Parts: sequence; C-alpha cells; structure tokens
Amino acid sequence: MIQQTHARSRLSRLQAAWVVARRDFVAVLFSRAFFFFLLGPLFPVIVGGLAGGIGGQVQRESVSHEIGLAMSGADNQALLAAQDRLRPQLGRNLPMLAPVEAAQSEPDFDSRTFLEQKRGNYAAILGGTLDAPELVGTRGQVVRWQGPVALLVGNAADAQPEALPQIRAQLVSTSAATVRTDRIRTAQAAQMMLFLLTMLLAGMVLSNLVEEKANKIIEILAAAIPMDAVFLGKLFAMLAVSIVGIAVWGLAGYGLWSLSGGAIADATGFNPSNLPAPAVGWPIFALLSVLYFAMAYLLLGALFLTIGAMAATVREVQTLSMPVTMMQLMVFFLAAYVITQPGSTLEMVAIVFPLSSPFAMLARAAMQETLWVHAAALAWQALMVLLIVKGGSTLFRKRVMKSGGAGRDKPRRRLFGAARA
Amino acid sequence: MMDTVTGHMAVGDPILPGNHEHAARPLAIEARGLVKRFDGTLAVDGIDISVPEGAIYGILGPNGAGKTTTLRMLLGIIDPDEGVRRVFGHDRPQEIARIIGYLPEERGLYPAMKAIEAIAFMGALRGLPLPEGRRRGRELLERHDLGHAAERQIRQLSKGMAQTVQLLGTLIHQPRLVVLDEPFSGLDAINQGKLERMIRELADDGVTVIFSTHVIHHAERLCEGVAIIAGGKVPYAGSVETARDRIPAQVRLETRAREGAWLDALPSQARREGDFFHFPLPESGIEPLLRQLIEGNAGILSLSIERAGLHDAFVHIAGEAAARALAEDSAADLAGERR
Repeated sequence: MIQQTHARSRLSRLQAAWVVARRDFVAVLFSRAFFFFLLGPLFPVIVGGLAGGIGGQVQRESVSHEIGLAMSGADNQALLAAQDRLRPQLGRNLPMLAPVEAAQSEPDFDSRTFLEQKRGNYAAILGGTLDAPELVGTRGQVVRWQGPVALLVGNAADAQPEALPQIRAQLVSTSAATVRTDRIRTAQAAQMMLFLLTMLLAGMVLSNLVEEKANKIIEILAAAIPMDAVFLGKLFAMLAVSIVGIAVWGLAGYGLWSLSGGAIADATGFNPSNLPAPAVGWPIFALLSVLYFAMAYLLLGALFLTIGAMAATVREVQTLSMPVTMMQLMVFFLAAYVITQPGSTLEMVAIVFPLSSPFAMLARAAMQETLWVHAAALAWQALMVLLIVKGGSTLFRKRVMKSGGAGRDKPRRRLFGAARA
Repeated sequence: MMDTVTGHMAVGDPILPGNHEHAARPLAIEARGLVKRFDGTLAVDGIDISVPEGAIYGILGPNGAGKTTTLRMLLGIIDPDEGVRRVFGHDRPQEIARIIGYLPEERGLYPAMKAIEAIAFMGALRGLPLPEGRRRGRELLERHDLGHAAERQIRQLSKGMAQTVQLLGTLIHQPRLVVLDEPFSGLDAINQGKLERMIRELADDGVTVIFSTHVIHHAERLCEGVAIIAGGKVPYAGSVETARDRIPAQVRLETRAREGAWLDALPSQARREGDFFHFPLPESGIEPLLRQLIEGNAGILSLSIERAGLHDAFVHIAGEAAARALAEDSAADLAGERR
C-alpha cells in the first residue's frame, strides 16, 4: 500500500529548515549584496553619533543628583531650607539634599566608610558643620558639586552671605552611585550596539522575503515543506549570515583599534577599554550579549516574515514594515529609559514585551548580578519566536496563497521576472 | 457513474465513465465537495475530482475559474473550507511530499543560482540528497539537450530553457504524482511539443500527471480524463471520450441537385451553408438516409461524419460564455508567445 510505503515520506521540520537555511546562507554569503551589507555599519555609526545626544541626555539624568546630609539636625534643616529658597532660581543646578538616616542613628557614623560600603545612592555626603563643611565623595562628584554645595552652605548660614565658605573635600575611591552610574554606561553601550545590529540585520530578512516573492519561489517551497520550516530556515540562515558579518566587523574593528586605538579614543572621546565591568562580569555578559542579540534578531525577523505573510505584493511588504521599524525604535527608547528605573513596573513591561525584552535584559545584565532571570527571559523570548513563526506561517497559508495569479483582470504573467537575487 | 452534467459523483463510482478497464484502478487523487472562499468570495464551489493512478488528467477552464485554487487544495498548500481530498490515500498530501512533483503557474527560480544547483535544490526540498540531485540533474539536462547549461546561472538562460530547468527540478526526485499548473503557458510551439512528449513518457512510466490548462487542444491530445471547471464549479468530470460523446456526430453533405423530394428525408435540424448541408447524425444511423438520398437522385458529391471535438463538448457542457473566455485566454497566450 502506498500509505504504508510513504507514511514518513516528507522531510521533518528541522530537515526542511536546514535545506532552506543552507541555500539562503550560501546564496547571501556569496552575493554582492553581502559586500554592501558589510558596509552597512557605516550608516549606523553616523546614526549612532546623532543618537549619542539622546544617550548623553539619558546618562546625565541617570547620574545621581542626591547629596546626603550628615550634619547636626539643625544644620540639616537650615540646608534644606536654603535649598528650598534657591531651587526656584537654580533648578537642577542644585543637588537634591537628603539627610542620611544612618548619620543620625549610628553614633560612630563615618561618611567615607558609608560610601565605600556602597550604602545608599548618594553622589556625595556633606558632613561637618555649617562653619566647617566637609564634602565626602569620589573626585568626579566632589568636583561636580563643590560649588553648588558651597552656595547652599553659605545660604544656610546666612540668607545673604558676603562670601561662600570653603568646602573641605575628602575623596573616596568609589561609591554605590558611582558604580551604578558606570554600569549604566556599559548598559547603554550594549543596548545601542544591540539595537544597531538588530535593525541593520533584521532588514536583511525582509529583503530576503521580498526577493523570494519577486522570484516566485515561495509556492515551490510551500508545496514541498511546511511553511514554518521555511520561516525558521530563513531566520536561522540570516542569523548565521549576521554572525559572519559581526565576526568580520569585529575583526576589522579589533584590527583598527590595535593599529590606532589611542588616536581613535582621543578623536571620539570614547574608549571601550574604560567601560566599567558589568554586574555579571565580562565573560557572562559577552555570552548573554550573543544570546540576546540572537533573540532580538529572531523576534524582529519573525515579525518581518509575518508581515511578508500578510502582504500580497512587494510594495505592501515595504509599506507594512515601516510601522514595525518605528515600533522597534519606540521599544529601544523604552528599554533605554528603564535602565534608570530598575525594579519598576515599566521595567517589567519592557522585560515581558517580547521586542523590548532582549534590550531590557541586556541592560539588567550590566546592572544586576542575578543570573536566573536571564534563563527565564531567554526561554520566554524563544517561545515568542516560535509563536510568531507559527502565526506568520498560518497567516501565509490563509492570505498569500489565495489567488491563482491568472485571474481575468490580472496582467499577463511575466515569466522569470526582472527580479534578481 | 459520473457521466452527468451535474458533475457530482457518488463515492465509489467508477473513475472514468465509459472506460471500464480503468474502473478498478486505484486512485491517485480523490476529492469530494471541495469548497474554498477567499474573503467571503466563493472561489471553488463543491468540486469532485477522481484521478486514477497512471492517468494523464486535465483540469480545463478559463483563467479565474478556480483551477489553481483546486490544485493547491489537492496538494495541501491551502486547506479547503469544506470537503475532503486524498492523495494516494492520504488526507494530508504534504505528508507525502517526497512522491509529489509540483510546477506552479507562477514560474520562478533563484536567478543567481546555477541550473544544476536549482534542480538539486528542488530535489532537496523533496528529500533527495544534494549530491544525488546533482547527478540526476546532469543526466536529465543531457537528456533534454541542456547539458551545456548546467553551470550557467538561471538569469543567463532563455525563458524556455529556464522553464525546462524548473520542470526538470519538479521531476528530479522521481515523483509518482506530477501536478503541473498551466505548464504550456509561455512556451513556444516547439517547447510545447517537447513538453507533451515528456508528459506522455511520464505516464508510460506509470506516473500520474494532472495539469491545468485553458487550451483545449492540449487536454484533447493528452488526457485520458478531464474536469471541466467554470465559475468554481465542475460541471463535468470524466473521460474525454465520454465528453465528446455528449454531442451527436455532425454530418456534412454535399449534393449536385439543389431541389427535390429527397430534401424531405433530411433531419429537421439540417441547415444549408453554401453547397453543404450540416445536421446531427440521425439516431437511426446514416444508412437509411443514404438510401433515401440515392433513391431521390440527390447526387451525393461528398458526405462526411465528424465526431464532436472536446471544444464542442466544452461549449455544450460549460456554456458559450465559458467557451468564449477560454478562447480569449488561448488567444492572449498565443499573442504572448508571438511577442
């Protein structure tokens, strides 16, 4: 019986996905398009420069403005009153003052030890008295706040001071606020890199599908293998191409840095070797970066493929992809925004929403040490990839294959049309 | 037997009416009551088709009649809203994709791919290992005088050559069922002839071939059975011979005498066109009429009995409008070929 002979007469989903992935990978890798694709980072470098302004703003806002007060109760109150008087004129140029509770409750309170133990989220601590104030903090924070603090102390001692008091500085090597601020820089850099790579590479999935439609191959594939295998094959082929691209860019970047790293750092003011270590450590952070890149890429790619499934023409594909691209930008901004709000509801939203999840989680890896949440997040993201792929392939069957392509009102078929791979 | 203009066939009916030697053949394709709607529009309305193994079967109808949608449902590319279809007994045809070859109407190959790689890739999609696909591909290309094109990119081939490459890719895994959607479209007369030969060779090897077309001659020359499809319905599915038998043979008579009592012997439907009379063959046969014409001194110069063609059967079954649409499509195709 034929039924028995051919009961398993079809490629499995994985085998079918492999056939598609192999073809796409080889075709893209040995095409002129791949060469232009390798030049692609030049564009995001320019965009990145422009976007740097936004990142800088976020960073400025993310740096702690809070100065802890460790004077006597009366002096603290006088400083708070001075702050209230000056705030309307000076706004954010003044630090936020807040009494350090430990200073009142602990008899042997020491500001330096307090900061070095990374307790509280203070940029610096103001101790001593109004007559002999002492600012304890890292060099950067002390330099930053010394002037405004002098103004506040002078105003607290006398509503109309004739001269500002001398602030004695006591430097500490680090503090919780400084560590957090530094890690935010790492998180931001990682997010920006992830975003640029994802946007650049996910576009390739879309153009690959456009090519498929233009070449009218898709029905041959749909007739032979499951549509979700086609989608998976394409996604993983493009992911593999992306990794090759990243490896090429990485090697080129490393070579360039080795040759003239100092000059680049001087010119751009950015030295990656100065990036603070992420909370989970560099090796795990690197691994998580790769995994979150793969997930971000697969999620966006699956969405683009689904758009391809919904569209009947190449033009529709391009039109429909625009809102997704815009949405991805919004998602990136959301993920960038929640860096400064760990544990907030908004951060949870960013983590749960599939498209922003890899970005938010990568930032979290830079900021917090907990590892198990990454396993959970990766599983969640992988599940969402599968669901989107399944939904996209179902849509494809329902919507795209609904015309014979030779209806009476349609223009005559163009055999082997002008599209070129 | 499904030998009626209504077309709906009871399950278990013989496959090709009037062809009893086929009645016991197992079915390659069996479809009952297939219905498909797109956005509320009825594209296919209760189609029944049965194709025995080893047959060449045509789906004949104008563009937009529902041929492609029917083929896609039969192959499992899309699912019917109602009805069932079985391919070699399988309810889910994609489960047996390795023994099916499909040439879609929208021809296409990767333009940058070499011909041999394109063929091997199509085989790989159906489970054929790439090295074996390349080996068989070279053999097939040689057999079809395209050996020199094996290493050339698809974009460097002529349309006809590219179409042949795609067809070879459809056959590379040696399927038992080959489904061709409008395979003759875009081919010149020479390549159409080659394709007809290929289809016959496949059938000789026991392969079931089902193809859609809006060109009656291809169906008439090749097919053992046809389904006539118009407006999403199948008003006839059965053997070509039975379809032709639906219309009585036509008699064409030429006489020397113009008038005479013999005229009364002619059937009432007889019409005169120039020197000829045309009328359906009487149910009693030609002999009694011949006797009366001779006795009445009609002076018979010529007399021929012409059996109805599939075109006449199509007009009779599907109606004038469908036949006109079919003719327009054929003419448009011809114009396309000339361009």
